[in-house]
Amino acid sequence: MYGTGLRPLSIATVVLIAAALSLTFFYAPLDADQGFVQKIFYLHVPLAIIALLGFVVGGVFAIAHLRSGDRRWDAYSYVAIHMSVIFGVAVLVTGGIWAKASWGHWWVWDEPTLVSFLIVFLMYATYYPFRYAIEDRDRQARYASVFAITAGAFVPLNFMAVRMAESLVHPRTFATAEGGLPGEMMFTFLVSLAAMALLWVTLVKLELTAKSASGQLKRLRRALDAPTSGGSSRVAPEVS
Amino acid sequence: MDLLPIGAPALPLDEAGKYVAGAYVVFLVLLLVYVAIMAAKLQRIERELRELATFAEARANAEEAAPQEEVSAP
Repeated sequence: MYGTGLRPLSIATVVLIAAALSLTFFYAPLDADQGFVQKIFYLHVPLAIIALLGFVVGGVFAIAHLRSGDRRWDAYSYVAIHMSVIFGVAVLVTGGIWAKASWGHWWVWDEPTLVSFLIVFLMYATYYPFRYAIEDRDRQARYASVFAITAGAFVPLNFMAVRMAESLVHPRTFATAEGGLPGEMMFTFLVSLAAMALLWVTLVKLELTAKSASGQLKRLRRALDAPTSGGSSRVAPEVS
Repeated sequence: MDLLPIGAPALPLDEAGKYVAGAYVVFLVLLLVYVAIMAAKLQRIERELRELATFAEARANAEEAAPQEEVSAP
C-alpha cells in the first residue's frame, strides 16, 4: 500500500514549493555581491544537499537489505539512488547556469566542490549498468546493495574533504561567520530545503507505488497463468 | 586557467533574469519529464490490468460453460 497518503503528500509538496518560490522572489533580499543571479542559490543548493543525502539514504536502505535479506529494502535503495541521480542532473545543470552567470564559465575544472559532485554523480551513474549487468535477481540485489553502501559511505567523506580543501571561487556558505546568511535568506533557504526534501520523498513514494503496482500485476499474471504482454526486459527490483 | 571574475559586479537585472529563469525552467522541465514518464508507466500498468481482467473473465466463462456441456452430452 505505497500509494496511501500520496495525495496529501503531493499537496503538501506543491504548497511548500509555492511558498519557497514566493519567499525566494518576494521576500529574500537581493545579494549585495551577485544581485538577482543569487536567486539560483535557493534552488541549486537544496537540490544538491537532498541529492547527496538521498545517496546516503540509499546506502542505509542497502544495509537494511543485507541485514534482513528482505528485497523491499533493495527496491527502496534503488529508488532512493534513482531519484538522487535525477536530482543530481538538476544540480549539475542549474550549477552550470549559475556558474556562467556569476563566473562567466559553465564549468571550472579546478574547483573541488564542482568536480567532487561530478565524481559522485558519475559514480552513481555506473550503478545502473552495474545492476542490470547481473541477471540473477538475488545476486543483483546483493551486489547493488554493496555498491550502494560503499558509495554511500564515500559521499560524506567526499563532502568533508571538499570542505577542508581550499576553495578558489565556490562559496562556503555555512562554513564561517563570513559566509553566513542573513535571517531572511536563511529562512528562505530552509523553506526551499524542506520543499526539496518533501519533493524527493513524494517522488520516491510515487515511484515505489508504481513499482508495487507493477509487481502485484506480475503476481496476478502468474497466479492466473496468463500470457505475458511485452513489458520491460530489464531485471528491475520489484516491490510487492 | 584564466582568472575568474570573482570580484565582478552583479549582472544587471535584465541579463541576470535570463539565467535565473533558465535555471528554474530547467528544473521544471526535468520534473515534468519525470512525471510524464511515470504517467506513461501507470498507463501501461492500467492497460495490462485491463487485459488481465478480460483474460480472467474469459477463463471464468469458459470454465462455467464446460460442465454444462459435459452434462448435456449423452
